Amino acid sequence: MYNAKYIWPGIILFVVVFTSPFWMNMGLGKYERPAVALPLTEKYCVESREFMAAEHMQLLDYWRDVALREEKREYVATDGTSWTISLQNTCMSCHANKVEFCDKCHNANGVDPYCWDCHVEPRGNN
Amino acid sequence: MSKLPNAQTLAKSINYAFPSASWMDVKPVFNPGSFCYPAKEETMAGLGMPHPHTWNPAEEDWNLPENWEEIMYNTLVDKLEKFRSFKVFMDICVRCGACADKCHFFLGTGDPKNMPVLRAELIRSVYRRDFTTAGKLLGKLAGARKLDKNVIKEWFYYFYQCTECRRCSLYCPYGIDTAEITMVARAMLHEVGLGTHWIMDPVSNCNRTGNHLGIQPHAFKEIVEFLCEDIETVTGIKINPPFNEKGHEILFITPSGDVFADPGIYTFMGYLMLFHELGLDYTLSTYASEGGNFGSFVSANMMKKLNAKMYAEAERLGVKWILGGECGHMWRVITQYMETMNGPTPSNMSVPKSPITGTVFHNAAATKMVHITEFTADLIKHNKITLDPSRNDHRIVTFHDSCNPARGMGLLDEPRYVLKAACNNFVEMPENTIREQTFCCGGGSGLNTEEIMELRMRGALPRGNALRYVQERHGVNTMACICAIDRATLPPLADYWAPGVTVTGTHELVANALVMKGEIKRTMDLRQDDLPDAEE
Amino acid sequence: MLFSLLAVIVLGGIAWLVAPNMPGFFGIILPYAAVLVFLAGFVWRIMNWAKSPVPFRIPTTGGQQRSLDFIKPARLDSPFTKAGTIGRMILEVLLFRSLFRNTKAELKDGPRMVYWSSKWLWIFALIFHYSFLIIFIRHFRLFLGVDVLPFCLEAIDKVDSMLQVGIPRFYMSDALILAGLLFLLCRRLFDYKIRYISLPGDYFPLFLLLGIAGSGVLMRYFMKGDIATVKTFIVNLVSFGPISASGLPPIFFLHLLFISTLLIYFPFSKLMHMGGVFLSPTRNLPNNSRAVHHENPWNPPKKFHTYAAYEDDFRDLMDEAGLPLEITPEEAAARAGAAKE
Repeated sequence: MYNAKYIWPGIILFVVVFTSPFWMNMGLGKYERPAVALPLTEKYCVESREFMAAEHMQLLDYWRDVALREEKREYVATDGTSWTISLQNTCMSCHANKVEFCDKCHNANGVDPYCWDCHVEPRGNN
Repeated sequence: MSKLPNAQTLAKSINYAFPSASWMDVKPVFNPGSFCYPAKEETMAGLGMPHPHTWNPAEEDWNLPENWEEIMYNTLVDKLEKFRSFKVFMDICVRCGACADKCHFFLGTGDPKNMPVLRAELIRSVYRRDFTTAGKLLGKLAGARKLDKNVIKEWFYYFYQCTECRRCSLYCPYGIDTAEITMVARAMLHEVGLGTHWIMDPVSNCNRTGNHLGIQPHAFKEIVEFLCEDIETVTGIKINPPFNEKGHEILFITPSGDVFADPGIYTFMGYLMLFHELGLDYTLSTYASEGGNFGSFVSANMMKKLNAKMYAEAERLGVKWILGGECGHMWRVITQYMETMNGPTPSNMSVPKSPITGTVFHNAAATKMVHITEFTADLIKHNKITLDPSRNDHRIVTFHDSCNPARGMGLLDEPRYVLKAACNNFVEMPENTIREQTFCCGGGSGLNTEEIMELRMRGALPRGNALRYVQERHGVNTMACICAIDRATLPPLADYWAPGVTVTGTHELVANALVMKGEIKRTMDLRQDDLPDAEE
Repeated sequence: MLFSLLAVIVLGGIAWLVAPNMPGFFGIILPYAAVLVFLAGFVWRIMNWAKSPVPFRIPTTGGQQRSLDFIKPARLDSPFTKAGTIGRMILEVLLFRSLFRNTKAELKDGPRMVYWSSKWLWIFALIFHYSFLIIFIRHFRLFLGVDVLPFCLEAIDKVDSMLQVGIPRFYMSDALILAGLLFLLCRRLFDYKIRYISLPGDYFPLFLLLGIAGSGVLMRYFMKGDIATVKTFIVNLVSFGPISASGLPPIFFLHLLFISTLLIYFPFSKLMHMGGVFLSPTRNLPNNSRAVHHENPWNPPKKFHTYAAYEDDFRDLMDEAGLPLEITPEEAAARAGAAKE
């Protein structure tokens, strides 16, 4: 091989960069999905668990729009249950702790919603 | 030779519409005027080239050696192993097409295979089939094809429509250099005995007589002495240049075209006048009487063989350094190949130092060879020569950068500095056609032969057009250059595309302006044309 | 063109219909194999190029050489020093310097050749490559198994989504990479010169990358899965403790299969220009071969027509012309006589 003193560092740099996802997690052990604090009393959210996990941001966005722009405060879920559209009074009545619920998952997945630019952060009951 | 159509007709005939068939299915037609004459069997044999034979491009059978497939394959392997440039360039082209309209031959012919990318694909397709997995498995789908006799013909056709000017390489995002690819393709063709007369004949001459034109030593001396008589007629000064003399400081080497062919001879006279005026301690050599190197259009080994004479002669004569004349591909060889091939320089040589100004040419510390425009620019900067640029006032001058000094050396401002000192009227051609973006004269890399005149004029279109532009807009009547091939190819180019423009070497204009000690009043220039204000 | 499109569609079909039923292969084995092929193939290609020497110093000089003190050299376009050469390579690799020069030539009546500045290819190539880079970096939020991501990742995410359009917030790089790819594709389809030179191997990566970017966009904005589940799978995959991929949505398998294909395809294709550009001798060498010796490892021995042979050929003529000689005709005759005896 010719020009090895330039090419080897280049190859090493390439390998280090492109294997970084593999070695950056070394020593961290098995990765578990973030354990969010689930409500103690309620078993069922506004919509199904799967829907909420994937689409909650869409639902919240929709709630905000209809509540603020149309002053509509009622949401009928897929199963027919009627809910009051309110982050503070509906969502937070169960999910009362931002740190243990919202942040856990958002931080781990690098999501930074701007809900709390306006709303007061729920800090739990204690 | 076919009849050359006039410029308007030729320009109208350029058709950029491509055939509907895939390029692999379109074969070139060997009409007279589209190809260079083949090298003679005895020329090839005399040089020890492999498989010398008689053949004719216009005929069906090119009399290839029986094992041509094996030879071609082995040569390709050899080139891949020896040249990283070639290997990388075979692999990394993304066919972005940035090079497509940068080639003067494409612009002048509209032939898709003159787009540098497709010119390279001609050989890349063969490489893919033999050296890549995808090519082996998928064949044509992966852009691969088998090397057959038609492909060889296609190579001969198109790799002798490339002047190795490297303009495409400047624009390529990966620096893919078609000159490298053309060099390999031509080397491969030479391996099966295919060469052109216009290249191999000068190579053969240069090998034996020391110069491309085959001027023998006594004749060389006579011609130079004849030029000295002309100098005396113009200036009243008698010059006796030294030949093959030992013990001088400098060996001067220039392309033999300058000694032999109009208008190069005026440039040569210019060198001699300048050296005389400076009292320079130099010698000419009849053995190393060729600056150019047509071997560089054949193969690396042939280039080396011809170039080796320069240092050998410098050693024999005991000179300290070499001064080189105005030439394009000569300076590509000197800049990028010479010292690697034939260095280190003989021990009698030292880092060039101008005996007139004391300037040390550190940029030439290894090759120990200085370009004449570097040398002269330095003289002018230090006021060591007196120039009367008004003697060139009847000329409105532009400058043609030759490809090799521009893109293989970076010699751009030195000749301009010299020209601006020697002429009061200097105009640049449009910026996309000069300096590193310069266009070829249409006859570089051994294509400056008569039988392909129409092709040359097509390739000359971009340059000719730029010249015509400044001729019409600024009244340019003189195009200066620093290349012996240019001095041979630009006059027909100018006659064709911009009639009325005269082609000169840079040192012709310098010598016309040069005020010499003891000279008679100049009434004519070096061409013995009357100066406009001579009657006053 | 059609062949390449078809190939990508078939891959997509496999991902959509077959992969969710074979999560072990498409979710775990194939991605591992793809990364391995990519790394090994890439390194092998570089080593293969490096096996061939650079016999001559052949930079394409894009500007004035360094020569006389009063002439300003082009330090980056025609570098003389190592620093200048590194600068030139940085410009080339990071800013596509050579492509920036691009012009478009047009022959008009007259004849008149006109050159237009043409920076479209340059700008869209930059857009595509940088979007790709940003998207690659953004994905580290899904590779890193930590509770709180490092600030730089968050910052890139914030900047990329700073328009604050839509929920989840729209990334500019998503639109830009698609725009870049579509421009490159349209050029290939509608510029007759480019279409004529294009091979299936030129269309395939474009369609594949459109597939990757497109499936990513779909997954983020339109066919969302639970990101926490996806991340759990990915992090354990890259930590060499893979968990089952079953239950992940088909769009994820689509995305993953396209990426695996890209990784496997990469080292054997023109995409290797990524590594090759660093090894291009017309760019990565300083223009200093007149000042500094460059070594050719296979430099053959000198074989040339020597002065002695030349003088033998022309001695009498040279003598007559009064040219100095090493051996006079008399000496030569005497030697020839001696040799005969």
